[in-house]
Amino acid sequence: MTAPLLDRTGTAAAARDHAHRDAASDPMLPRPFRVISRHLDTRDTVTLGLEPLDGVPLAFAAGQFTMLLAFGVGEVPISISGDPTGPGPLLHTIRDVGSVTHALVGAVPGTVMGVRGPYGTGWEVRSGRGGDVVVVAGGIGLAPLRPALLELAHERAAYGRVVLLYGARSPEDVLFAEDLARWAARHRITVEVTVDYGPPDWTGRVGLVTDLVPRAGFDPGHALALVCGPEVMMRAVATALVARGVAPERVRLSMERNMQCGVGLCGHCQLRELFLCLDGPVLGYDRLGPLMDIREL
Amino acid sequence: MAGPAILPSRGLQALVDALLARGYRVLGPQVRDGAVVLADLTDIDALPLGVGDEQAPGHYRLREGGAERAFGFAATAQSPKSVLFPPDELLWRGRRTDDGFSVEPASPADDPDHRPVAILGARGCDVAAIAVQDRVLLGREHVDAHYAARRAGAFLVAVTCSDPAGTCFCASVGTGPRPRAGSDLVLTELADPHRYLVEAGTPAGQALLGALDTTPATPDDLAAADELVADATARMGRTMRTDDLPELLNASAESPRWAAIAERCLACTNCTAVCPTCFCTGVQDVGDLTGALDERHRVWDSCFSQPYSYIHGGAVRTWTASRYRQWLTHKLATWTEQFGTSGCVGCGRCITWCPAGIDLTAEVATIRELAEAHDAVAAGAPGGAPTDGGAPTPGGLR
Repeated sequence: MTAPLLDRTGTAAAARDHAHRDAASDPMLPRPFRVISRHLDTRDTVTLGLEPLDGVPLAFAAGQFTMLLAFGVGEVPISISGDPTGPGPLLHTIRDVGSVTHALVGAVPGTVMGVRGPYGTGWEVRSGRGGDVVVVAGGIGLAPLRPALLELAHERAAYGRVVLLYGARSPEDVLFAEDLARWAARHRITVEVTVDYGPPDWTGRVGLVTDLVPRAGFDPGHALALVCGPEVMMRAVATALVARGVAPERVRLSMERNMQCGVGLCGHCQLRELFLCLDGPVLGYDRLGPLMDIREL
Repeated sequence: MAGPAILPSRGLQALVDALLARGYRVLGPQVRDGAVVLADLTDIDALPLGVGDEQAPGHYRLREGGAERAFGFAATAQSPKSVLFPPDELLWRGRRTDDGFSVEPASPADDPDHRPVAILGARGCDVAAIAVQDRVLLGREHVDAHYAARRAGAFLVAVTCSDPAGTCFCASVGTGPRPRAGSDLVLTELADPHRYLVEAGTPAGQALLGALDTTPATPDDLAAADELVADATARMGRTMRTDDLPELLNASAESPRWAAIAERCLACTNCTAVCPTCFCTGVQDVGDLTGALDERHRVWDSCFSQPYSYIHGGAVRTWTASRYRQWLTHKLATWTEQFGTSGCVGCGRCITWCPAGIDLTAEVATIRELAEAHDAVAAGAPGGAPTDGGAPTPGGLR
């Protein structure tokens, strides 16, 4: 830190104060975490359990993400998929889609990786208390919704009907099968799974998750909807939910954009006036809908 | 605070010497490779004495300027952004260890020359741009620690612009030619005899001014400065109406003009590199061959590059039209919503350094004409739409 040589006023003084304050807490510095568990969810998706080397647990809200660093390879934003209501390792469910996620997915227990965050807005599940909650997931989009479902299960009596509509590519791509069974059996969560491609022995649904929305059992006038998946799927689902009568501001989507800092400084995640790493990733469809209607905004 | 003072012509050397003696690295305008740029300055004879510039869309040439003038050109080709917010910044160094890895944050000492900087010759546009960067990088939830450290130590000596270029429009956006508050000292270069009117903007500037050999300014000196400002304002090369921009551009997301601009735009990123307020950055990890060392760098990025918007599955903005729309709409409209100020300070650099000569002031005017024609058609009024680009249709980008 360079000490100012002359007395400063105005913005420069503010700058100096910021500089001193942030010298110890630069948001761009990763905290080292050790991989303590690795669970192969599907052929290309792994859930890693992480523990901080400094012993200070990372508190988070359902829907938030971290910037995960594979040392020497790179850093990517990954949603937290663990339980926000209790202690336990920091969980991330990661699909192998690029060079950084490939390195993360391949990390064996003992590997140390960097974590920054948590960042962004959460699902605010509790705002749905007293009404029905409909959760709609597409593919890996179930991972950021898992903390919300765990929160719902944890305080199940505070909510009306809870419905999970989940679309996966194929039966072998279905994530968290044990969770799905437990939520249905123990927590009165209606779980409906549909796949794009089903083998001959698949007796479940085949088709788009969007098609499940019109028939799902919930009261649209008193429902909170949480949606995560590919953008085209979220747009279709939000349209279907609003068509059933859910208020647009009660339909929340988790948006994906390029993110390199996580703290609103690098600029990549902008969607018109929004910085999706700060203002999102979770936002209401009342805000997002008009922006999603404009191509390549 | 003492009033305006007059510094004699050679007194500028005493100002530079005083800054150097106080430990500053002094940067001032100098001619390098056919352009006026900021460079290390110890001797005022290195200033571009008698040099002017000629700027137009896609055009920059040096020319002979006023013989006695050291600041007889428009703003430097590159703005002070490259000093306070460098194109490549080391964030941290990591080392693989037996137990994982360790990370050591970069410090100011990592700069080869880590003295605090004094910038001599910043124009009104540059001073305004620094104020914008202060809001973006210091005034929000998360602060850019590296910019904060550089900015806190910096000393600004602004110079009133006497010779705006053909691409300048600071008078339209209210940032010049007389620099607004924000600099430590403001100089106005006066002729016959050659001298500088000096005004202090901060206590630090006042303290430095007090250490110089000056005389109080006379009403004639002040009148000469006012005349110079009025003359420069009248010679501004361009204008831009700004009062309706957020509404206009947000409503013009589907304007056919974006596609017309994209036929000329090369997406070369020159405009974002020379823009004094563009702040987008990417991170780069630079490792050694053994994989034991890893440096994280933050480098300037641009919304004109395709990888800028990359997510799994492809870029969000595949068309040049989408990227130009993002840049212009952000700069002139959403910037205001995000930071309470426009992102444009009227320096005109994006016009000068665009190899295709795209002029944002002209594009804004055309987008406005198209929107007004569209509104007129929608209201059933007679009269034609401008022929350039045709009337807007929904889905102009599709």
